[in-house]
Amino acid sequence: MNKIPNRQAICEVLMEKAKEDKDIVVLCSDSRGSASLAPFANEYPKQFVEVGIAEQNLVSIAAGLAKCGKKPFAASPACFLSTRSYEQAKVDCAYSNTNVTLIGISGGISYGALGMSHHSAQDIAAMSAIPNMRVYLPSDRFQTAKLIEALLKDEKPAYIRVGRNPVEDVYTEESCPFEMDKATAITEGTDAAIIACGEMVGPAVKAAELLKAEGINAAVVDMYCVKPLDKEAIVKAAGNARLVVTAEEHAPFGGLGSMVSQVVARECPRKVVNLALPDAPVITGTSREVFDYYGLNADGIAKTIKENL
Amino acid sequence: MQNLKALSYDLRKNVIDMIVEGKGGHIGGDMSVMDILVELYFEQMNISPENMDDPDRDRFVMSKGHSVEALYAVLAAKGFFPIEQVIKEFSKFGSKFIGHPNNKLPGIEMNSGSLGHGLPVCVGMALAGKMDERDYRVYTVMGDGELAEGSVWEGVMAAHQYKLDNLCAVVDRNRLQISGCTEDVMAHDSQEERWSSFGWHVISINGNDYKELKAAFDEAKTVKGAPTVIIANTVKGCGSSIMENKAGWHHKVPNAEEYAQIMKDLEAGKEAALHE
Repeated sequence: MNKIPNRQAICEVLMEKAKEDKDIVVLCSDSRGSASLAPFANEYPKQFVEVGIAEQNLVSIAAGLAKCGKKPFAASPACFLSTRSYEQAKVDCAYSNTNVTLIGISGGISYGALGMSHHSAQDIAAMSAIPNMRVYLPSDRFQTAKLIEALLKDEKPAYIRVGRNPVEDVYTEESCPFEMDKATAITEGTDAAIIACGEMVGPAVKAAELLKAEGINAAVVDMYCVKPLDKEAIVKAAGNARLVVTAEEHAPFGGLGSMVSQVVARECPRKVVNLALPDAPVITGTSREVFDYYGLNADGIAKTIKENL
Repeated sequence: MQNLKALSYDLRKNVIDMIVEGKGGHIGGDMSVMDILVELYFEQMNISPENMDDPDRDRFVMSKGHSVEALYAVLAAKGFFPIEQVIKEFSKFGSKFIGHPNNKLPGIEMNSGSLGHGLPVCVGMALAGKMDERDYRVYTVMGDGELAEGSVWEGVMAAHQYKLDNLCAVVDRNRLQISGCTEDVMAHDSQEERWSSFGWHVISINGNDYKELKAAFDEAKTVKGAPTVIIANTVKGCGSSIMENKAGWHHKVPNAEEYAQIMKDLEAGKEAALHE
Protein backbone atom coordinates (compact mmCIF):
# COMPACT_ATOMS: atom_id res chain seq x y z
CA MET A 1 0.00 0.00 0.00
CA ASN A 2 1.36 3.40 -1.02
CA LYS A 3 2.15 5.66 1.94
CA ILE A 4 2.91 8.87 0.03
CA PRO A 5 -0.02 11.29 -0.19
CA ASN A 6 -0.41 13.35 -3.35
CA ARG A 7 0.41 16.54 -1.42
CA GLN A 8 3.85 15.11 -0.64
CA ALA A 9 4.37 14.34 -4.32
CA ILE A 10 3.74 18.04 -5.03
CA CYS A 11 6.39 19.08 -2.50
CA GLU A 12 8.93 16.66 -3.96
CA VAL A 13 8.51 18.05 -7.49
CA LEU A 14 8.67 21.65 -6.31
CA MET A 15 11.82 20.99 -4.28
CA GLU A 16 13.50 19.34 -7.23
CA LYS A 17 12.55 22.14 -9.63
CA ALA A 18 13.41 24.91 -7.15
CA LYS A 19 17.05 23.82 -7.27
CA GLU A 20 17.28 25.43 -10.69
CA ASP A 21 14.34 27.82 -10.69
CA LYS A 22 14.55 30.61 -8.15
CA ASP A 23 11.22 32.04 -9.29
CA ILE A 24 9.25 29.14 -7.77
CA VAL A 25 7.61 30.45 -4.61
CA VAL A 26 5.48 28.45 -2.19
CA LEU A 27 2.92 30.24 -0.02
CA CYS A 28 1.06 28.75 2.94
CA SER A 29 -1.54 30.05 5.38
CA ASP A 30 -0.31 28.35 8.56
CA SER A 31 -0.69 25.20 6.50
CA ARG A 32 2.87 24.13 5.65
CA GLY A 33 2.57 20.98 7.76
CA SER A 34 -0.80 19.87 6.49
CA ALA A 35 0.27 20.70 2.94
CA SER A 36 3.45 18.57 3.37
CA LEU A 37 5.38 21.69 2.35
CA ALA A 38 7.48 22.11 5.51
CA PRO A 39 10.51 20.48 3.79
CA PHE A 40 10.28 23.12 1.04
CA ALA A 41 10.05 25.91 3.63
CA ASN A 42 13.12 24.55 5.42
CA GLU A 43 15.18 24.01 2.28
CA TYR A 44 14.18 27.21 0.45
CA PRO A 45 13.25 29.80 3.11
CA LYS A 46 13.78 32.67 0.65
CA GLN A 47 11.26 31.11 -1.73
CA PHE A 48 8.66 30.47 0.92
CA VAL A 49 6.04 32.96 2.12
CA GLU A 50 4.00 32.39 5.27
CA VAL A 51 0.90 34.59 5.44
CA GLY A 52 -0.66 33.25 8.63
CA ILE A 53 -4.30 32.28 8.84
CA ALA A 54 -5.40 34.61 6.06
CA GLU A 55 -6.52 32.77 2.94
CA GLN A 56 -7.68 35.89 1.09
CA ASN A 57 -4.25 37.43 1.59
CA LEU A 58 -2.62 34.14 0.54
CA VAL A 59 -4.20 34.28 -2.90
CA SER A 60 -3.80 38.02 -3.49
CA ILE A 61 -0.14 37.98 -2.46
CA ALA A 62 0.42 35.02 -4.80
CA ALA A 63 -1.16 37.04 -7.63
CA GLY A 64 1.09 40.03 -6.89
CA LEU A 65 4.17 37.79 -6.89
CA ALA A 66 3.09 36.23 -10.19
CA LYS A 67 2.57 39.65 -11.75
CA CYS A 68 6.21 40.39 -10.98
CA GLY A 69 7.56 37.22 -12.61
CA LYS A 70 7.35 34.69 -9.80
CA LYS A 71 5.76 31.23 -10.11
CA PRO A 72 3.68 30.98 -6.96
CA PHE A 73 2.08 27.82 -5.59
CA ALA A 74 -0.41 28.76 -2.87
CA ALA A 75 -1.45 25.86 -0.66
CA SER A 76 -4.26 25.84 1.86
CA PRO A 77 -7.04 23.45 2.86
CA ALA A 78 -9.38 23.18 -0.13
CA CYS A 79 -12.38 24.04 2.03
CA PHE A 80 -10.99 27.50 2.80
CA LEU A 81 -9.12 28.10 -0.45
CA SER A 82 -12.17 27.47 -2.61
CA THR A 83 -14.64 29.51 -0.58
CA ARG A 84 -12.94 31.97 1.79
CA SER A 85 -10.65 33.20 -0.97
CA TYR A 86 -13.02 32.53 -3.85
CA GLU A 87 -13.18 36.16 -4.89
CA GLN A 88 -9.39 36.50 -4.85
CA ALA A 89 -9.20 33.40 -7.07
CA LYS A 90 -11.76 34.93 -9.39
CA VAL A 91 -10.43 38.51 -9.58
CA ASP A 92 -6.71 38.38 -8.79
CA CYS A 93 -5.90 35.03 -10.43
CA ALA A 94 -8.41 34.25 -13.17
CA TYR A 95 -9.60 37.72 -14.21
CA SER A 96 -6.17 39.34 -14.00
CA ASN A 97 -4.70 36.21 -15.62
CA THR A 98 -1.83 35.70 -13.19
CA ASN A 99 0.39 32.61 -13.13
CA VAL A 100 -0.87 31.30 -9.79
CA THR A 101 -1.34 27.64 -8.95
CA LEU A 102 -3.80 27.17 -6.13
CA ILE A 103 -3.33 23.88 -4.29
CA GLY A 104 -6.39 22.79 -2.35
CA ILE A 105 -5.12 20.26 0.15
CA SER A 106 -7.19 17.84 2.26
CA GLY A 107 -9.89 18.24 -0.36
CA GLY A 108 -13.33 16.72 -0.55
CA ILE A 109 -14.15 14.96 2.70
CA SER A 110 -10.53 14.26 3.69
CA TYR A 111 -11.22 15.89 7.04
CA GLY A 112 -14.05 13.39 7.46
CA ALA A 113 -14.95 13.84 11.11
CA LEU A 114 -14.32 17.59 11.29
CA GLY A 115 -17.65 18.58 9.82
CA MET A 116 -18.95 20.53 6.88
CA SER A 117 -16.82 23.61 7.60
CA HIS A 118 -13.79 21.49 6.69
CA HIS A 119 -15.25 19.70 3.67
CA SER A 120 -14.78 21.01 0.14
CA ALA A 121 -17.57 19.25 -1.72
CA GLN A 122 -18.27 22.35 -3.81
CA ASP A 123 -14.84 23.30 -5.08
CA ILE A 124 -15.14 21.75 -8.56
CA ALA A 125 -18.38 23.62 -9.19
CA ALA A 126 -17.10 26.88 -7.73
CA MET A 127 -13.72 26.97 -9.43
CA SER A 128 -14.96 25.62 -12.76
CA ALA A 129 -17.54 28.41 -13.01
CA ILE A 130 -14.78 31.04 -13.13
CA PRO A 131 -13.65 31.94 -16.67
CA ASN A 132 -9.92 31.31 -17.18
CA MET A 133 -9.61 29.06 -14.11
CA ARG A 134 -8.48 25.49 -14.75
CA VAL A 135 -9.41 22.68 -12.38
CA TYR A 136 -7.43 19.47 -11.84
CA LEU A 137 -8.03 16.49 -9.55
CA PRO A 138 -5.12 14.09 -10.02
CA SER A 139 -5.76 10.48 -9.11
CA ASP A 140 -2.45 9.32 -7.65
CA ARG A 141 1.03 10.49 -6.68
CA PHE A 142 2.59 9.74 -10.07
CA GLN A 143 -0.02 11.68 -11.99
CA THR A 144 0.18 14.50 -9.43
CA ALA A 145 3.90 14.84 -10.06
CA LYS A 146 3.40 14.94 -13.81
CA LEU A 147 0.68 17.55 -13.44
CA ILE A 148 2.89 19.85 -11.37
CA GLU A 149 5.69 19.52 -13.91
CA ALA A 150 3.25 20.44 -16.69
CA LEU A 151 1.88 23.42 -14.76
CA LEU A 152 5.39 24.78 -14.32
CA LYS A 153 5.62 25.04 -18.10
CA ASP A 154 2.74 27.46 -18.60
CA GLU A 155 1.76 30.82 -17.16
CA LYS A 156 -1.97 30.50 -16.52
CA PRO A 157 -3.93 30.17 -13.28
CA ALA A 158 -5.03 26.76 -12.06
CA TYR A 159 -6.69 25.08 -9.09
CA ILE A 160 -5.59 21.61 -8.01
CA ARG A 161 -7.40 19.51 -5.42
CA VAL A 162 -5.62 16.70 -3.62
CA GLY A 163 -6.72 14.62 -0.64
CA ARG A 164 -5.09 14.33 2.75
CA ASN A 165 -4.45 10.61 2.88
CA PRO A 166 -2.25 8.44 0.68
CA VAL A 167 -4.26 6.79 -2.06
CA GLU A 168 -3.52 3.50 -3.74
CA ASP A 169 -1.44 3.88 -6.87
CA VAL A 170 -3.36 3.88 -10.11
CA TYR A 171 -0.19 4.08 -12.18
CA THR A 172 3.44 3.13 -11.65
CA GLU A 173 6.64 5.13 -11.75
CA GLU A 174 7.47 3.48 -15.06
CA SER A 175 4.00 3.73 -16.55
CA CYS A 176 2.02 6.88 -15.98
CA PRO A 177 0.73 8.07 -19.33
CA PHE A 178 0.15 11.81 -19.14
CA GLU A 179 -0.79 14.42 -21.64
CA MET A 180 -1.75 17.86 -20.35
CA ASP A 181 -5.51 18.46 -20.51
CA LYS A 182 -6.14 15.01 -22.00
CA ALA A 183 -7.89 12.39 -19.91
CA THR A 184 -6.20 9.02 -19.48
CA ALA A 185 -8.16 6.03 -20.83
CA ILE A 186 -7.18 3.31 -18.37
CA THR A 187 -9.30 0.48 -19.72
CA GLU A 188 -11.56 0.04 -22.74
CA GLY A 189 -15.06 -1.39 -22.56
CA THR A 190 -18.29 -1.54 -24.55
CA ASP A 191 -20.87 -2.17 -21.83
CA ALA A 192 -20.30 0.79 -19.56
CA ALA A 193 -17.99 3.81 -19.32
CA ILE A 194 -16.86 4.95 -15.88
CA ILE A 195 -15.60 8.50 -15.86
CA ALA A 196 -13.97 9.48 -12.58
CA CYS A 197 -11.59 12.02 -11.09
CA GLY A 198 -9.33 12.32 -8.07
CA GLU A 199 -9.68 9.66 -5.41
CA MET A 200 -12.54 7.95 -7.25
CA VAL A 201 -10.31 6.74 -10.08
CA GLY A 202 -8.79 3.93 -8.00
CA PRO A 203 -12.22 2.50 -7.03
CA ALA A 204 -13.35 2.88 -10.66
CA VAL A 205 -10.46 0.71 -11.87
CA LYS A 206 -11.30 -1.92 -9.22
CA ALA A 207 -14.99 -1.80 -10.17
CA ALA A 208 -14.05 -2.53 -13.77
CA GLU A 209 -12.05 -5.54 -12.59
CA LEU A 210 -15.00 -6.82 -10.52
CA LEU A 211 -17.34 -6.40 -13.48
CA LYS A 212 -14.95 -8.10 -15.86
CA ALA A 213 -15.11 -11.23 -13.73
CA GLU A 214 -18.84 -11.18 -14.33
CA GLY A 215 -18.50 -10.69 -18.07
CA ILE A 216 -19.23 -6.96 -18.11
CA ASN A 217 -16.73 -4.76 -19.91
CA ALA A 218 -16.33 -1.26 -18.50
CA ALA A 219 -14.12 1.50 -19.82
CA VAL A 220 -12.42 3.63 -17.18
CA VAL A 221 -11.49 7.23 -17.94
CA ASP A 222 -9.31 9.21 -15.52
CA MET A 223 -10.66 12.73 -16.03
CA TYR A 224 -8.03 14.49 -13.90
CA CYS A 225 -8.58 17.57 -16.08
CA VAL A 226 -12.06 18.55 -15.00
CA LYS A 227 -11.57 21.92 -16.66
CA PRO A 228 -10.73 22.12 -19.49
CA LEU A 229 -12.81 18.96 -19.73
CA ASP A 230 -11.56 16.44 -22.27
CA LYS A 231 -14.81 16.18 -24.24
CA GLU A 232 -13.23 14.02 -26.92
CA ALA A 233 -12.34 11.34 -24.37
CA ILE A 234 -15.90 11.43 -22.99
CA VAL A 235 -17.47 11.03 -26.42
CA LYS A 236 -15.06 8.23 -27.30
CA ALA A 237 -15.72 6.22 -24.13
CA ALA A 238 -19.45 6.98 -23.88
CA GLY A 239 -20.03 6.48 -27.59
CA ASN A 240 -18.78 2.90 -27.30
CA ALA A 241 -20.86 2.06 -24.21
CA ARG A 242 -24.51 1.56 -23.32
CA LEU A 243 -24.25 3.29 -19.96
CA VAL A 244 -22.11 6.06 -18.48
CA VAL A 245 -21.37 6.28 -14.75
CA THR A 246 -19.51 9.20 -13.21
CA ALA A 247 -17.83 9.04 -9.82
CA GLU A 248 -16.55 12.00 -7.83
CA GLU A 249 -15.91 13.19 -4.30
CA HIS A 250 -18.13 16.23 -4.69
CA ALA A 251 -21.66 17.53 -4.25
CA PRO A 252 -24.15 16.20 -6.81
CA PHE A 253 -24.38 19.55 -8.62
CA GLY A 254 -21.89 21.34 -10.82
CA GLY A 255 -19.13 18.76 -10.61
CA LEU A 256 -17.74 16.15 -12.98
CA GLY A 257 -21.09 14.36 -13.22
CA SER A 258 -22.91 17.48 -14.33
CA MET A 259 -20.25 18.30 -16.91
CA VAL A 260 -20.09 14.79 -18.34
CA SER A 261 -23.90 14.68 -18.53
CA GLN A 262 -23.91 17.91 -20.56
CA VAL A 263 -21.46 16.47 -23.07
CA VAL A 264 -23.13 13.07 -23.36
CA ALA A 265 -26.61 14.58 -23.72
CA ARG A 266 -25.42 16.72 -26.61
CA GLU A 267 -22.95 14.47 -28.37
CA CYS A 268 -24.04 10.85 -27.82
CA PRO A 269 -27.24 10.63 -25.78
CA ARG A 270 -27.48 7.62 -23.45
CA LYS A 271 -28.15 6.99 -19.80
CA VAL A 272 -25.78 8.70 -17.36
CA VAL A 273 -25.75 7.93 -13.63
CA ASN A 274 -23.85 10.30 -11.35
CA LEU A 275 -22.27 8.92 -8.18
CA ALA A 276 -21.41 11.73 -5.79
CA LEU A 277 -21.75 12.90 -2.21
CA PRO A 278 -25.25 13.88 -1.08
CA ASP A 279 -26.64 17.42 -1.06
CA ALA A 280 -26.31 17.43 2.71
CA PRO A 281 -23.65 17.54 5.40
CA VAL A 282 -21.96 14.15 5.10
CA ILE A 283 -22.02 11.49 7.80
CA THR A 284 -19.18 11.56 10.34
CA GLY A 285 -16.29 9.19 9.73
CA THR A 286 -12.98 8.60 8.05
CA SER A 287 -12.79 9.11 4.28
CA ARG A 288 -13.06 5.38 3.74
CA GLU A 289 -16.07 5.05 6.05
CA VAL A 290 -17.83 7.97 4.40
CA PHE A 291 -17.10 6.68 0.87
CA ASP A 292 -18.36 3.20 1.82
CA TYR A 293 -21.53 4.62 3.37
CA TYR A 294 -22.44 6.47 0.16
CA GLY A 295 -21.37 3.71 -2.21
CA LEU A 296 -18.40 5.70 -3.50
CA ASN A 297 -16.24 2.57 -3.72
CA ALA A 298 -15.55 -0.28 -6.15
CA ASP A 299 -18.55 -2.31 -4.98
CA GLY A 300 -20.85 0.70 -5.19
CA ILE A 301 -19.73 1.62 -8.70
CA ALA A 302 -20.02 -2.01 -9.90
CA LYS A 303 -23.48 -2.37 -8.30
CA THR A 304 -24.68 0.86 -9.94
CA ILE A 305 -23.56 -0.38 -13.34
CA LYS A 306 -25.24 -3.77 -12.95
CA GLU A 307 -28.49 -2.16 -11.80
CA ASN A 308 -28.59 0.23 -14.73
CA LEU A 309 -27.39 -1.87 -17.64
CA MET B 1 8.25 72.31 -14.75
CA GLN B 2 4.71 71.20 -15.48
CA ASN B 3 1.95 72.85 -13.48
CA LEU B 4 0.38 69.68 -12.08
CA LYS B 5 -2.45 71.50 -10.36
CA ALA B 6 -3.51 73.11 -13.63
CA LEU B 7 -3.17 69.77 -15.39
CA SER B 8 -5.42 68.14 -12.80
CA TYR B 9 -8.26 70.50 -13.71
CA ASP B 10 -7.97 69.57 -17.38
CA LEU B 11 -8.01 65.90 -16.45
CA ARG B 12 -11.06 66.45 -14.26
CA LYS B 13 -12.78 67.93 -17.30
CA ASN B 14 -11.89 64.76 -19.25
CA VAL B 15 -13.49 62.73 -16.50
CA ILE B 16 -16.69 64.78 -16.62
CA ASP B 17 -16.88 64.29 -20.39
CA MET B 18 -16.32 60.54 -19.99
CA ILE B 19 -19.09 60.25 -17.44
CA VAL B 20 -21.55 62.36 -19.41
CA GLU B 21 -20.81 60.42 -22.63
CA GLY B 22 -20.86 57.03 -20.90
CA LYS B 23 -23.88 57.97 -18.79
CA GLY B 24 -22.30 56.70 -15.59
CA GLY B 25 -19.21 56.74 -13.42
CA HIS B 26 -17.95 57.45 -9.92
CA ILE B 27 -17.61 61.18 -10.28
CA GLY B 28 -17.10 62.25 -6.66
CA GLY B 29 -14.20 59.89 -5.95
CA ASP B 30 -12.63 60.67 -9.32
CA MET B 31 -12.42 64.31 -8.31
CA SER B 32 -11.00 63.62 -4.85
CA VAL B 33 -8.34 61.14 -6.02
CA MET B 34 -7.17 63.09 -9.07
CA ASP B 35 -4.34 65.00 -7.40
CA ILE B 36 -2.97 61.81 -5.84
CA LEU B 37 -2.85 60.11 -9.24
CA VAL B 38 -1.35 63.13 -11.01
CA GLU B 39 1.40 63.44 -8.38
CA LEU B 40 2.14 59.70 -8.62
CA TYR B 41 2.21 59.45 -12.41
CA PHE B 42 3.83 62.80 -13.19
CA GLU B 43 6.22 63.23 -10.28
CA GLN B 44 6.79 59.99 -8.37
CA MET B 45 6.58 56.79 -10.39
CA ASN B 46 8.79 55.64 -13.29
CA ILE B 47 5.84 54.36 -15.32
CA SER B 48 5.44 55.24 -18.99
CA PRO B 49 4.22 53.56 -22.19
CA GLU B 50 7.86 52.91 -23.03
CA ASN B 51 8.85 51.00 -19.90
CA MET B 52 5.93 48.69 -19.20
CA ASP B 53 8.10 45.63 -19.85
CA ASP B 54 10.94 46.89 -17.69
CA PRO B 55 11.17 44.71 -14.56
CA ASP B 56 12.47 47.73 -12.65
CA ARG B 57 9.44 49.92 -13.34
CA ASP B 58 7.40 51.01 -10.34
CA ARG B 59 4.11 49.16 -9.85
CA PHE B 60 0.69 50.72 -9.29
CA VAL B 61 -2.62 49.08 -8.42
CA MET B 62 -5.81 51.14 -8.36
CA SER B 63 -7.48 49.41 -5.45
CA LYS B 64 -10.43 51.82 -5.48
CA GLY B 65 -11.13 50.63 -8.99
CA HIS B 66 -14.40 52.52 -9.27
CA SER B 67 -12.39 55.71 -9.75
CA VAL B 68 -11.17 54.29 -13.04
CA GLU B 69 -12.29 57.40 -14.95
CA ALA B 70 -9.63 59.44 -13.13
CA LEU B 71 -7.06 56.74 -13.89
CA TYR B 72 -8.04 56.70 -17.58
CA ALA B 73 -7.60 60.47 -17.79
CA VAL B 74 -4.15 60.26 -16.19
CA LEU B 75 -3.02 57.29 -18.31
CA ALA B 76 -4.20 59.08 -21.45
CA ALA B 77 -2.22 62.16 -20.43
CA LYS B 78 0.80 59.87 -19.99
CA GLY B 79 0.35 58.69 -23.57
CA PHE B 80 -1.03 55.19 -23.01
CA PHE B 81 -4.08 55.84 -25.21
CA PRO B 82 -5.83 58.87 -26.75
CA ILE B 83 -8.23 60.67 -24.42
CA GLU B 84 -10.65 61.24 -27.32
CA GLN B 85 -11.00 57.47 -27.67
CA VAL B 86 -11.71 57.03 -23.96
CA ILE B 87 -14.36 59.75 -23.91
CA LYS B 88 -16.03 58.33 -27.01
CA GLU B 89 -15.97 54.68 -25.94
CA PHE B 90 -16.19 54.69 -22.13
CA SER B 91 -18.83 52.20 -20.94
CA LYS B 92 -20.22 51.77 -24.46
CA PHE B 93 -21.16 48.36 -25.88
CA GLY B 94 -18.07 46.23 -26.47
CA SER B 95 -15.70 48.92 -25.17
CA LYS B 96 -12.30 48.15 -23.67
CA PHE B 97 -12.77 51.16 -21.41
CA ILE B 98 -15.02 49.54 -18.82
CA GLY B 99 -16.07 50.84 -15.44
CA HIS B 100 -13.15 49.31 -13.53
CA PRO B 101 -9.45 48.84 -14.34
CA ASN B 102 -8.67 46.00 -16.74
CA ASN B 103 -5.17 44.87 -17.64
CA LYS B 104 -6.05 44.24 -21.24
CA LEU B 105 -5.48 48.00 -21.53
CA PRO B 106 -1.91 49.30 -21.67
CA GLY B 107 -0.66 50.78 -18.42
CA ILE B 108 -2.88 48.74 -16.12
CA GLU B 109 -1.18 45.95 -14.15
CA MET B 110 -4.07 44.33 -12.31
CA ASN B 111 -7.82 44.14 -12.70
CA SER B 112 -9.71 45.56 -9.76
CA GLY B 113 -13.20 46.62 -8.86
CA SER B 114 -13.92 44.50 -5.84
CA LEU B 115 -12.55 46.45 -2.89
CA GLY B 116 -9.92 45.16 -0.50
CA HIS B 117 -7.76 43.44 -3.12
CA GLY B 118 -5.21 46.08 -4.09
CA LEU B 119 -3.12 46.21 -0.94
CA PRO B 120 -2.68 42.41 -0.58
CA VAL B 121 -1.74 42.18 -4.28
CA CYS B 122 0.80 44.97 -3.74
CA VAL B 123 2.25 43.03 -0.82
CA GLY B 124 3.02 40.25 -3.31
CA MET B 125 4.53 42.72 -5.77
CA ALA B 126 6.68 44.29 -3.06
CA LEU B 127 7.78 40.86 -1.81
CA ALA B 128 8.85 39.93 -5.34
CA GLY B 129 10.91 43.13 -5.48
CA LYS B 130 12.65 42.21 -2.23
CA MET B 131 13.28 38.63 -3.39
CA ASP B 132 14.87 39.84 -6.63
CA GLU B 133 16.67 42.74 -4.92
CA ARG B 134 15.12 45.24 -7.29
CA ASP B 135 14.56 48.78 -6.14
CA TYR B 136 11.21 49.50 -7.75
CA ARG B 137 8.48 50.83 -5.50
CA VAL B 138 4.89 49.63 -5.25
CA TYR B 139 1.94 51.97 -4.83
CA THR B 140 -1.76 51.48 -4.29
CA VAL B 141 -4.63 53.89 -3.74
CA MET B 142 -7.58 52.83 -1.63
CA GLY B 143 -10.80 54.53 -0.68
CA ASP B 144 -11.59 55.20 2.96
CA GLY B 145 -14.87 53.31 2.76
CA GLU B 146 -12.81 50.39 1.42
CA LEU B 147 -11.01 50.11 4.75
CA ALA B 148 -14.04 48.26 6.15
CA GLU B 149 -12.99 45.26 4.05
CA GLY B 150 -11.22 42.76 6.31
CA SER B 151 -8.81 41.67 3.57
CA VAL B 152 -7.18 45.13 3.71
CA TRP B 153 -6.00 44.40 7.21
CA GLU B 154 -4.64 40.99 6.26
CA GLY B 155 -2.42 42.83 3.80
CA VAL B 156 -1.54 45.47 6.38
CA MET B 157 -0.30 42.76 8.75
CA ALA B 158 1.74 40.98 6.07
CA ALA B 159 3.39 44.21 4.83
CA HIS B 160 4.56 44.88 8.39
CA GLN B 161 5.67 41.26 8.92
CA TYR B 162 7.85 41.38 5.82
CA LYS B 163 9.10 44.96 6.47
CA LEU B 164 8.03 46.11 3.02
CA ASP B 165 9.54 49.59 2.92
CA ASN B 166 9.18 49.49 -0.87
CA LEU B 167 5.39 49.62 -0.45
CA CYS B 168 3.39 52.82 -0.12
CA ALA B 169 -0.39 52.79 0.30
CA VAL B 170 -2.50 55.90 -0.09
CA VAL B 171 -5.93 56.29 1.46
CA ASP B 172 -8.17 58.73 -0.41
CA ARG B 173 -9.78 59.98 2.78
CA ASN B 174 -12.73 61.91 1.35
CA ARG B 175 -14.99 60.90 4.24
CA LEU B 176 -17.99 60.03 2.09
CA GLN B 177 -19.30 56.75 0.70
CA ILE B 178 -22.52 55.77 -1.09
CA SER B 179 -24.64 55.75 2.06
CA GLY B 180 -23.24 58.94 3.52
CA CYS B 181 -20.47 59.99 5.89
CA THR B 182 -17.89 57.24 6.48
CA GLU B 183 -18.01 57.93 10.18
CA ASP B 184 -21.74 57.18 10.26
CA VAL B 185 -21.48 54.06 8.08
CA MET B 186 -18.47 52.50 9.83
CA ALA B 187 -16.32 54.79 11.88
CA HIS B 188 -12.66 55.09 10.87
CA ASP B 189 -11.22 57.61 13.29
CA SER B 190 -8.42 57.59 13.96
CA GLN B 191 -6.85 56.09 10.85
CA GLU B 192 -3.44 57.38 11.88
CA GLU B 193 -3.52 55.41 15.14
CA ARG B 194 -4.86 52.28 13.51
CA TRP B 195 -2.16 52.03 10.85
CA SER B 196 0.53 53.05 13.27
CA SER B 197 -0.47 50.31 15.70
CA PHE B 198 0.00 47.80 12.86
CA GLY B 199 3.61 48.92 12.48
CA TRP B 200 3.23 51.22 9.47
CA HIS B 201 4.86 54.59 9.00
CA VAL B 202 1.96 57.04 8.79
CA ILE B 203 1.87 60.42 7.05
CA SER B 204 -1.30 62.47 7.18
CA ILE B 205 -1.72 65.26 4.64
CA ASN B 206 -4.06 67.39 2.59
CA GLY B 207 -4.42 65.06 -0.38
CA ASN B 208 -5.44 67.82 -2.77
CA ASP B 209 -2.28 69.84 -2.13
CA TYR B 210 0.69 69.10 -4.37
CA LYS B 211 3.33 70.39 -1.97
CA GLU B 212 2.07 68.10 0.75
CA LEU B 213 1.66 65.16 -1.64
CA LYS B 214 5.23 65.51 -2.92
CA ALA B 215 6.67 65.85 0.57
CA ALA B 216 4.76 62.77 1.74
CA PHE B 217 5.86 60.53 -1.14
CA ASP B 218 9.42 61.77 -0.81
CA GLU B 219 9.38 61.02 2.92
CA ALA B 220 8.00 57.52 2.27
CA LYS B 221 11.03 56.75 0.12
CA THR B 222 13.35 57.44 3.05
CA VAL B 223 11.61 55.09 5.48
CA LYS B 224 13.50 51.85 6.16
CA GLY B 225 12.06 48.59 7.46
CA ALA B 226 8.39 49.54 7.40
CA PRO B 227 5.70 50.22 4.81
CA THR B 228 4.22 53.70 4.58
CA VAL B 229 0.62 54.78 4.42
CA ILE B 230 -0.34 58.27 3.35
CA ILE B 231 -3.68 59.32 4.75
CA ALA B 232 -4.63 61.78 2.03
CA ASN B 233 -7.43 63.93 3.40
CA THR B 234 -9.31 64.99 0.30
CA VAL B 235 -12.54 66.63 -0.76
CA LYS B 236 -15.03 64.42 -2.54
CA GLY B 237 -16.10 66.16 -5.72
CA CYS B 238 -13.03 68.43 -5.49
CA GLY B 239 -13.05 71.17 -8.11
CA SER B 240 -16.68 72.15 -8.32
CA SER B 241 -18.73 73.81 -5.61
CA ILE B 242 -21.88 71.94 -6.60
CA MET B 243 -20.26 68.53 -5.99
CA GLU B 244 -17.84 69.14 -3.14
CA ASN B 245 -18.51 67.15 0.02
CA LYS B 246 -21.87 65.88 -1.17
CA ALA B 247 -22.47 62.10 -0.90
CA GLY B 248 -25.11 62.34 -3.62
CA TRP B 249 -22.31 62.90 -6.14
CA HIS B 250 -20.77 59.45 -5.49
CA HIS B 251 -21.94 58.27 -8.90
CA LYS B 252 -24.29 60.93 -10.19
CA VAL B 253 -24.29 61.94 -13.86
CA PRO B 254 -24.50 65.72 -14.27
CA ASN B 255 -27.41 67.19 -16.27
CA ALA B 256 -26.78 69.91 -18.85
CA GLU B 257 -27.03 72.73 -16.35
CA GLU B 258 -24.80 70.98 -13.83
CA TYR B 259 -22.32 70.10 -16.57
CA ALA B 260 -21.99 73.75 -17.56
CA GLN B 261 -21.45 74.82 -13.96
CA ILE B 262 -18.89 72.07 -13.23
CA MET B 263 -16.90 72.87 -16.38
CA LYS B 264 -16.96 76.58 -15.50
CA ASP B 265 -15.72 75.82 -11.98
CA LEU B 266 -12.96 73.54 -13.30
CA GLU B 267 -11.82 76.16 -15.81
CA ALA B 268 -11.73 78.75 -13.05
CA GLY B 269 -9.70 76.35 -10.93
CA LYS B 270 -7.24 75.86 -13.75
CA GLU B 271 -6.90 79.62 -14.31
CA ALA B 272 -6.24 80.18 -10.64
CA ALA B 273 -3.66 77.37 -10.62
CA LEU B 274 -1.86 78.93 -13.58
CA HIS B 275 -1.60 82.24 -11.75
CA GLU B 276 -0.57 80.91 -8.34
